Amino acid sequence: MTDRAAAATVVRPVTDAWPRRTRLVEHSILPGLGLSLGVTLVYLGVIVIIPLTMLALRPWELGLDGVVRTLTSPRVAAALRVSFGVSLAAALTNAPLGLLIAWTLTRYDFPGRRLMDAFVDLPFALPTAVAGIALTTIYAPAGPLGALAAKIGLKTAYSPLGIFIALTFIGLPFVVRSIQPVLQDLDRDVEEAAQTLGANDLQRIALVVIPALAPALLSGVSLAFARAVGEYGSVIFIAGNMPLKTEIAPLLIVIKLEQYDYAGAAAIGLAMLAISFGALAGMNAVQIFLARRGRA
Amino acid sequence: MTESPILDRRRLLAASGAGLAAAALPAAPLAQALKPATLLNVSYDPTRELYKEINAAYIDYWKGKTGQVLTINQSHGGSGAQSRAVIDGLQADVVTLALAADIDEIANRAKLLPANWQSRLPNNSTPYTSTIVFLVRKGNPWKIRDWGDLIKPGVGVITPNPKTSGGARWAYLAAYAYGLKSGGGDAGAQAYMTKLYKNVPVLDTGARGATTTFAQRKIGDVLLSWENEAYLTIDEFGPNFEIVYPSQSILAEPPVALVDKNVDRHKTRVQAEGYLNFLYSPRAQEIVAKHHFRPRNPEIAAKYAVAFKQLPLVTIDQAFGGWKKAQATHFADGGVFDRIYKP
Repeated sequence: MTDRAAAATVVRPVTDAWPRRTRLVEHSILPGLGLSLGVTLVYLGVIVIIPLTMLALRPWELGLDGVVRTLTSPRVAAALRVSFGVSLAAALTNAPLGLLIAWTLTRYDFPGRRLMDAFVDLPFALPTAVAGIALTTIYAPAGPLGALAAKIGLKTAYSPLGIFIALTFIGLPFVVRSIQPVLQDLDRDVEEAAQTLGANDLQRIALVVIPALAPALLSGVSLAFARAVGEYGSVIFIAGNMPLKTEIAPLLIVIKLEQYDYAGAAAIGLAMLAISFGALAGMNAVQIFLARRGRA
Repeated sequence: MTESPILDRRRLLAASGAGLAAAALPAAPLAQALKPATLLNVSYDPTRELYKEINAAYIDYWKGKTGQVLTINQSHGGSGAQSRAVIDGLQADVVTLALAADIDEIANRAKLLPANWQSRLPNNSTPYTSTIVFLVRKGNPWKIRDWGDLIKPGVGVITPNPKTSGGARWAYLAAYAYGLKSGGGDAGAQAYMTKLYKNVPVLDTGARGATTTFAQRKIGDVLLSWENEAYLTIDEFGPNFEIVYPSQSILAEPPVALVDKNVDRHKTRVQAEGYLNFLYSPRAQEIVAKHHFRPRNPEIAAKYAVAFKQLPLVTIDQAFGGWKKAQATHFADGGVFDRIYKP
């Protein structure tokens, strides 16, 4: 490996920086760039870029003020607030709880651990509509948990809390599965070293474990958040769908489509895409910062 | 229909070799050249059970008449979503939707059938009708007898979102017609509708979802329901519910239509036309009545008269000037329904 790395340095002297920039694509000594780049571009193009471009182009048939009017109308604004607000709350709730679950499943051994580990994936595997119907059955006032919550005066299903429950459910595996492999690879030596140097349990977790896990945790939370924002199937059953209160943005898109208002639907879709993209980019930036600091 | 076009069609079918693999051809001598064919009926939510039985009857009828073996596929969903699916390319041979406006959209946007489609079959192309009734819990604890009782404070009314559900649009218009009748004109009716929707705790996206919310989740005190769906709920859940007929309701006409461009592409025009005509036949009308839709055939209707309570039914043309106008006034963006939910 060192030989190859050395060879690469010889082939491309660092001092000669200028000619390197004259080529559009930097050639690597690994073969197959043309083919793999071609496949990457075609695949991304067909699967992601072309559909999203169509989405980005569609709303403008309303004109700029039409798009602005759509997005600032009270119902759309309320729906966007509900979707992003509750998604963020659910993702942030999953951060400590997901961390705890990942920790328990990796660091301890107890009977049924593997089974519980498998349970974590269920929200991935379950069709979202099934999840929504199951959650509604349990959390509706007539369901077991819903009745319990009603006794202490909590309205679960058909309220923002119901949306929160559904979004927490679908987001949990993203957080757990992002943290687990990093936690598994985390060198125990480091923690032991910290302990021999006199760090107590709390210090070991706060100063050694959490910083090492932070990038993975953040990426898990961003994934859970992004997924929750677009979630439709599981939410629609439990939300109650009351305009201005529990109507999520994806439902409003469906309602617009139902009225053959394709441009209005695309406008909401584009706004969601832009906000999500901004949020993910922000979280990525923090993650890069954390990773760099971790390496330093 | 004369006999010759059918024979032509048979030759055409045989020549083109269309259809599925020619396994198990019927033994009838006339039919030996006929390959099995497939029809797709794209329908709305509460007709699943109805068309399951009608399809079986038609397959039997068609085999007896022509010897051809048919397969009929059904697709069900919210009426508007189904209409959009056909516009976007779902290969429906016939559509049987909840309201004419949804088929109008297929004619206007995708031009898959002519704009005058509704005049091609008898009775406005609606072989059966239905209406909107109330389903209440056993003993009717809130004493709900008429539309006026729905706006009592504390009554929970379950009805889906009229923007996403065809049945909910009929229910909305039935309520609005009552509001108009009780005086105050449109302003009075809109005040009534605002109070009514204040009592709606959950807006489901479709009729089936609303029935589930009411019957299984035990939310609300009254469900504004398709008549057939109300009977179906009673069949399913037994004596926990009662049907209440209000003083008046609306004549809901769920229309059917041939999708010309699709049947021509599939070469299934004869089979599909036969299917739609069959819906008006006594045999199908019996099935219709059995599934609690109101039959059009006067004899069958008379036979089942006891099963369908007679009540004054307003029509959409009389009370609202047709679907196009009702759609634009009430359900379009910024229409009357949206104004109910202004913050």
